[in-house]
Amino acid sequence: MAKILIENREYEVEDGQNLLQACLSHGFNIPYFCWHPAMHSAGACRQCAVKVFKDENDTRGRIVMSCVMPVAKGMRVSIDDPEAKAFRENVIEWLMSNHPHDCPVCDEGGECHLQDMTQMTGHVYRRFRFKKRTYKNQYLGPLVNHEMNRCIQCYRCVRFYRGYAGGRDLDAFASRNRVYFGRSEDGVLESPFSGNLVEVCPTGVFTDKTLKSHFARKWDLQTAPSVCVHCGVGCNIIPGERYGELRRVSNRYNGEVNGYFLCDRGRFGYEFVNSPQRVKEALLKTADGVQEVSKEEALRLASHMIGMGGKVMAVGSPRATVETNFALRTLAGAENFYSGFSRHEARLASLIVEVMEKGPARSPSLKEVRSADAVLVLGEDVTNTAPILALALRQAAKNGPLKTAMKLGIPFWDDMAIKTATQGKKGPFYAAAPYATDDDDAAVKTFHGPPVEIARFAAAIARELNPSLPIVDGHSEETASLAREVAQALLEAERPLVVSGTGSGSEAVIQAAANVAWALCARGKKAGLTMVMPECDSLGAALIDSKGLDEAFAAAAEGEFDTLVIAENDIFRRMETEDAENFLASFSHVIVIDHVINDTVKAAHITLPGASFAESTGTLINFEGRAQKFFQVFVSAGAQQASWRWLKDMMDSTGLKLQKWESLDDVTSDAAAVIPAFEKITRAAPKHGFRIAGQKIPRQTHRRSGRTAVEADKTVYESKPTEDEDTPFSFSMEGFQGQPPSPLIARFWAPGWNSVQSVTKYQEYAGGPLRGGDPGLRLIEPKVAGAPFFKAVPISFKARKYGWLLVPMPRLFGSEELSVFSPPLASLQAKPFIGIAEEDAERLEVEEGDEIAVRANGKSFGLPAIFVPGLTRGVAAVPLLPGMAMLTLPAWGVLTRAKRRAA
Amino acid sequence: MQGVITPLIMIIAILVSLTTMSAGLIWMERRLLALWQDRYGPNRVGPFGLLQVVADMLKIFAKEDWVPPFSDRFVFILAPAVIMSAVLFAFAVVPFAPGISVIDLDIGILFFLAMSSLNIYGIVLAGWASNSKYSLLGGVRGAAQMLSYEVFMGLSLMGVVMLVGTFNLRGIVEAQQGLWFFVPQFPALVIFFIAGLAETHRIPFDLPEAENELVAGYHTEYSGMKFGMFFVGEYLGIVLISALITTLFFGGWLGPVLPPVIWFLLKTMFFIMLFILLRAALPRPRFGQLMSFGWKLMLPLSLLNVLATGAALLLLA
Amino acid sequence: MLSILQSVWKMMLHAFRERVTVQYPDEKPVLAPRYRGRIILSRDPDGLERCVACYLCAAACPVDCIALQADETVDGRRYPSFFRINFSRCIFCGYCEEACPTYAIQLTPDYEMSEYKRPSLVYEKKDLLISGTGKYPGYWYYKVAGAAVKGKDKGDGLEEEPPVDVRSLMP
Repeated sequence: MAKILIENREYEVEDGQNLLQACLSHGFNIPYFCWHPAMHSAGACRQCAVKVFKDENDTRGRIVMSCVMPVAKGMRVSIDDPEAKAFRENVIEWLMSNHPHDCPVCDEGGECHLQDMTQMTGHVYRRFRFKKRTYKNQYLGPLVNHEMNRCIQCYRCVRFYRGYAGGRDLDAFASRNRVYFGRSEDGVLESPFSGNLVEVCPTGVFTDKTLKSHFARKWDLQTAPSVCVHCGVGCNIIPGERYGELRRVSNRYNGEVNGYFLCDRGRFGYEFVNSPQRVKEALLKTADGVQEVSKEEALRLASHMIGMGGKVMAVGSPRATVETNFALRTLAGAENFYSGFSRHEARLASLIVEVMEKGPARSPSLKEVRSADAVLVLGEDVTNTAPILALALRQAAKNGPLKTAMKLGIPFWDDMAIKTATQGKKGPFYAAAPYATDDDDAAVKTFHGPPVEIARFAAAIARELNPSLPIVDGHSEETASLAREVAQALLEAERPLVVSGTGSGSEAVIQAAANVAWALCARGKKAGLTMVMPECDSLGAALIDSKGLDEAFAAAAEGEFDTLVIAENDIFRRMETEDAENFLASFSHVIVIDHVINDTVKAAHITLPGASFAESTGTLINFEGRAQKFFQVFVSAGAQQASWRWLKDMMDSTGLKLQKWESLDDVTSDAAAVIPAFEKITRAAPKHGFRIAGQKIPRQTHRRSGRTAVEADKTVYESKPTEDEDTPFSFSMEGFQGQPPSPLIARFWAPGWNSVQSVTKYQEYAGGPLRGGDPGLRLIEPKVAGAPFFKAVPISFKARKYGWLLVPMPRLFGSEELSVFSPPLASLQAKPFIGIAEEDAERLEVEEGDEIAVRANGKSFGLPAIFVPGLTRGVAAVPLLPGMAMLTLPAWGVLTRAKRRAA
Repeated sequence: MQGVITPLIMIIAILVSLTTMSAGLIWMERRLLALWQDRYGPNRVGPFGLLQVVADMLKIFAKEDWVPPFSDRFVFILAPAVIMSAVLFAFAVVPFAPGISVIDLDIGILFFLAMSSLNIYGIVLAGWASNSKYSLLGGVRGAAQMLSYEVFMGLSLMGVVMLVGTFNLRGIVEAQQGLWFFVPQFPALVIFFIAGLAETHRIPFDLPEAENELVAGYHTEYSGMKFGMFFVGEYLGIVLISALITTLFFGGWLGPVLPPVIWFLLKTMFFIMLFILLRAALPRPRFGQLMSFGWKLMLPLSLLNVLATGAALLLLA
Repeated sequence: MLSILQSVWKMMLHAFRERVTVQYPDEKPVLAPRYRGRIILSRDPDGLERCVACYLCAAACPVDCIALQADETVDGRRYPSFFRINFSRCIFCGYCEEACPTYAIQLTPDYEMSEYKRPSLVYEKKDLLISGTGKYPGYWYYKVAGAAVKGKDKGDGLEEEPPVDVRSLMP
């Protein structure tokens, strides 16, 4: 802590900070563009000028750029100094001399950092009389819109896209005052983090194309704090609604999880909520087909089915909330409740729960991941299974070089100097996967092999760390030395991290990863162990129950069950089609609650419209073991309601007194009381009765428009806002206008700061945690005693003459169940293919693009061949895409060249 | 029979013309206020907007006659009747012209004072029965104001009574053949006029119904014809005070050329217009100012007037 | 006391003043062009809608009586897919006109818009849109804004330089 004087008053600032960050942290407003709390200072825009004085006798002072000025003890700073002010106003005036007059048609308008900063400096009148520069725009794909005229050359986009996110296809082009930010040619942005350009860009060069297709201004969006449901990371998001339609998703800062960024699946996957495939009304299947029925009628029929006396089985889902799964468990009883994992998923999930609950390695938050100084990824294609974790790992990979640069006396925030000093050097980041992944370019060394080989490679590393573990023989010298190198790097680090998960589909990999992390713990390292799980509540579902659907099938086959209730689970994704059909056929009644029409919904006797994440409130547990509550954003026009509420209504109308729930909090409290792992879950966020000064927290901004006109075409009588019994939020603009506690931040806004940069005002210090701590509550902490190591080492992989090992290949767009219903993401999704090693093409007598007949699990289908780099011979990669048959992977199959069609 | 029918016809004729007149006053007041405020006032319904009265009456009769469920029902209904009948009774002693009056009481002035005191009951009861804070405050104000001003209203008339030596109004008119009493009794006229304003709670002394503090004072909860009765009662009060000013100070029906009734009406109308002019011109004082004005200025003045009149009579006698 | 009499006297003299009331509808007042009456949406000189659906009028409206939805034509021109003003709530304050960056929304001197039913006071875009430019005949938003639309490519606007391409490397 150092004391500095700002405007002649003393303030305590963190040592090593830059002056801009220090001043912002104390609530001062200094305009800036190129500085970003996650990407630090570039000194490019010259906007954050302040005056620094030598001592109390210095009356002239000197103008410095505060973002590249380290704070020093006793520093005297003036922000309001007339010369500094004039300087900042001139800089804005220069920037504005070429900025177009198109705010009305700019999607950034109203949440534009440039607008805010222009207001802040007080520049109002254009004196520049000459022509304005214009630019041609580029097509950057269906997600991000490009309008180069608006650019102010702050370089944030390139610094994020290339430097922070490791993208390669966006750069600065052209010359002098015509610098151009774009791609070398029109085309879809390749980075899975391209959507962040929308928030990183301080003006409207990059805007959200999905928002543009149904545009609403920030002040009109009805928002609530929410959690992304498209993977297991649990990024915090702010979905925005207008006219009953979800309009966009923007980032909700949570320092412990996603920080400032989201992946494209999370940012643009929301459109499934608006999909025509949504189940909007209750559906009843009769002999004449499917017909819509009223909510009451559906409930009457459903409760009749349940109340008839037959046994009820309930199948939950790893993408349903804790409350929904618990409500199902309450309805059917613990023994008749299944979490909805496939047999294979259930095995992996229960293994992960065991590793997390019993092991000594801590499952780190993403903030801890970002600060890890050595990383080993085992078998996980992180960019495709948990993209934001991949982004965090990329930052971790920079920590090694950063340390060296800081030894040269460069402050950590001096981005440009650090880049020059490190010269793109990579830190100790090792990645092992069945094929070359998008993370490989951040790694110093990579290892490619089938899952068993990855497990063996990991076992070799573990052996290096702990000689009591079994020896792994048969490794090539190259692999053995790599294992030694990795072990050495992990040992040299202070906070090493091992990442694995369900992505490779192999238990051996998970066990081996745990062994490495535990061995590091035994050597006194604060080793982290991240286990990636694919769905938003995978861990939560596994903590309630980890029986697989195969057990449900076996129990149903006994024939004692009468009714099956499934919530938010398409069992055709998790069981062989035939099994699923037989399973459903063994019940006289099937009741399904879900958002979208899928095969399970089609097979149901009664379908109840479930509310999506934006239409309901609930708790999700991410793969870190962090319980996070998301809140309802809007009330949909249809009959949708939260799955747990459907279940409660069913239980109520059957007259079975299984629960006494009145609001969501009662369900959560019951779950916490019944399931030991959920003991602390109710503390994840304030309960529904929470008020500030007796007021609820408004979901609508104070500037929302159109209240008396929105419904005027239907009725001129303005309706009363819906009352919310489950949350401390109101569906109106009335309520507490100040900053709520961190789990309840519905939007980021501060006076004079309309853009997302206002997040600084919500943080304890600029770039730090949210006031009162980042939201979410960790449920699982490591055990100091630790569990015994896994002793088994799998036998090594041998390519077979006819058989092929099919390994799963998760894809960012297409592998997640709900985001495929988002049209822009669907358009980016790959067509089904089979990935083979280029070296195997000869063996199969195919060229790239030729059709290959694949036979596995008794099924056969034809797929075009694509060469996947890094694949071992004899291994084929099966992308998890819609339209592909359900396969339990890894599995052995047969690949043959399909008969060429006659030309 | 003759002895009964003639007074009965007289009574009915006076009653009808009084109520009609007070209804017509609604129109007149609005037109006059508009005139002094550079507007037109009601000029759309019928010639000069005269039928506005009819429209207003129709409206007020057609309105729902609502009695608030929280009120004291019986008293609530009684109060407007008390007000209206008290004023109408007072008219019994007013000599409109020779031969046109209901009754020729020897204690005419006392009867008038008695009746105007009864008026207070109407207001207090209305305020009380409404069971609402605004009504109650209005009622209390009304009672205090009317009680206070009644004191010197009576005293101011004593000068006239002393000059004539009778309480009989007809006698008082006839005693003004030579000189109208506003000349010798000018202070009494002023005091009586001011007291009359307060008794009828007209602007500037309309504190019992001060709308910007008390909504509508004692008749806040009233609607329909019950409200109409308060309204009519107020206008009848104006007519009554104007008629008494005419009778007591301006020689009643006396005047050349024109028939006596016309003279009476003309004089009365002049004072009614004065009432309306005051409404157009003056703001409302605070309640404290009203009370101290009455007790500290008007009461001593009226006592002085009695003293001076008595002294003058003794000296001249 | 004297002042009271004075004010009574002055009030009485008003009986001889001219009356200020305008006898509407027998006589009609002469209104200035900037009178704030019925709201209209005007068109650009080329006959296309001026409104670019920026939502500023809706945000400025103190009674929240304007609702609209932005949309875009294939050639990049923004327009409101619906535009609704609830005149039964409108207070004719003119803030929407002040906020409008394209002179699209204008208040006119027409005030005769009484209706028997409140729903008749809800005006949709077809009721609001006029065929001309209204009070500002020359203004053409896209000529002064940087955005490209059909008929006005990048650099074609007033005071615009020819567009820079990604390959403009020549100094």
